[in-house]
Amino acid sequence: MTANQAMIENYRNSFLKEVEANVEEGEWVKMCMQCGVCSGSCPLGKFWDHPPQEIFMMIRAGKRDQVLGSDSMWMCTSCYNCIVRCPRELPITHIMHGLAHYAKRLGLVPANQPTAKFAQKFWDNLMAKGRVNELKLGLSLYFMNGFGEGVKVAMKNQKLGMNMMKAKRMNPMEIMGGHAVQDLSGFQKAIKKAAELEDARIAQPGG
Amino acid sequence: MAKREYSFYPGCSSQKGASSSNLMTSVQTMCEELDIQLNEIPDWNCCAASIGYAGGGELPRLTLSARNIALAEKHHAGQDLVATCAACWLSTREAAERLEEDAKLMTEANQALDEADLKLENKTPIKHMVEVLIEDIGYEEMGGKVKKPLEGIKIAGYVGCQTNRPFGIVGESFENPVYLDKLVDTLGAESIPAYEKKVQCCGGALAFSEPEKSQEMVKGIIEAAYDHGADMIATPCPVCQMNVEVYQDQINATYATKFAMPVVYYSTLMAVAYGRNARDAALDGQIIPAKKLDELAAK
Ligand code: SF4
Ligand code: SF4
Ligand code: SF4
Ligand code: SF4
Repeated sequence: MTANQAMIENYRNSFLKEVEANVEEGEWVKMCMQCGVCSGSCPLGKFWDHPPQEIFMMIRAGKRDQVLGSDSMWMCTSCYNCIVRCPRELPITHIMHGLAHYAKRLGLVPANQPTAKFAQKFWDNLMAKGRVNELKLGLSLYFMNGFGEGVKVAMKNQKLGMNMMKAKRMNPMEIMGGHAVQDLSGFQKAIKKAAELEDARIAQPGG
Repeated sequence: MAKREYSFYPGCSSQKGASSSNLMTSVQTMCEELDIQLNEIPDWNCCAASIGYAGGGELPRLTLSARNIALAEKHHAGQDLVATCAACWLSTREAAERLEEDAKLMTEANQALDEADLKLENKTPIKHMVEVLIEDIGYEEMGGKVKKPLEGIKIAGYVGCQTNRPFGIVGESFENPVYLDKLVDTLGAESIPAYEKKVQCCGGALAFSEPEKSQEMVKGIIEAAYDHGADMIATPCPVCQMNVEVYQDQINATYATKFAMPVVYYSTLMAVAYGRNARDAALDGQIIPAKKLDELAAK
């Protein structure tokens, strides 16, 4: 049984309960009074199929596949406009991040979602060394859509890269190693433990 | 005045040879002039910013920040923790608050940290450098150090999102914060209080993954600065600085604009106003040179 099927089994009657138990800050969703203020606040709002207000309504209506398979929460720029405006003080930004993460956990992210790919690369890069290596991150980003596309993007950004190097804000030596935490093994063990604890909590029905 | 000491979280983008290393240089200069000592947190790690959520769940991300705070508490007991990157500040402070509110998460975070022989007390105030300047130092002291007023330079203060929301600076409004304008005036330059894009989002991390969508927003931020007759844009945020400065070529190519708007840090402004040279002010880190500051620094 896949992780997704297991969750469908666990929460057969209520997607809202599933979100409350398993999504970061999900217990806030029921507090939404559908005023729509958040939906008018997203800087990339015109690209969202379902703005936050609608997502909260869809969660209550049990539209599980449409919500978790949506591209929308991946359009969140983490600008925190919504949070400071919401009359019910919902932590909307975190719920968007939480839904995105939950969708990825269950393997439901739409194919080729660019921010999902970038965010995963960022995380992998960070886990490897404890710090982010911008050059490696940049290179993997250029090539994330395959080699042909990568060359095109890299050409477009070549001048940018040269400019950054001249200003000493990009260091080509980074590719050889670059910055890292010293207690890498302690760092990695701690994060692994955190992930295990979280997995165990989510695997428990009713969380 | 005794030296003020802080436990300092520089963040990945400020490391040597990284995209915001110029912020680091100018902040160090500014701190020298203001008698502030920054003690770098030994062996700090990246906080995952606002983009770690795809790969990392809630607890792993909280543990990243918890490790940094625990290290600060271990090595710099009694010092406030200060960050210069808006995203670093935000994730660290958010983690501290979430762990304060949720005893279960706090227990689990400490279970995870135990693997690295660390323990989080979570008693440390988490500050942005701007809070240190405004609340701990104050405009008067900052103004008193000015040797070369930035006369005749018109500056659009671009605060961006994350320095401003959700925490912001005490006493400032989310929709129209004025501290950056006040700082600009304090240094003898001319602020633009009516700059309507001061808290407009630049796209943040989505500048990498959704470049066209982000650049459309950046275009508006630069255009408005030109409309007000600005000589340059100043910002406290390294992601803003990078996003608004470095894509101007690409924006010009897409929209047939002729943008060449310098985007500098508040700390660069301060270093120049305090009489330091171009290198100490990190003016050599500009991709679009800030000519008026170059001239003043050379005088
Ligand atoms: S602003 Fe708050 S209450 Fe209003 S729709 Fe959005 S989440 Fe719901
Ligand atoms: S933080 Fe995300 S959800 Fe909230 S307004 Fe900004 S983009 Fe929209
Ligand atoms: S915000 Fe960015 S630069 Fe700062 S530590 Fe986090 S990821 Fe690294
Ligand atoms: S303005 Fe841009 S970079 Fe600055 S905080 Fe907002 S999204 Fe991040």
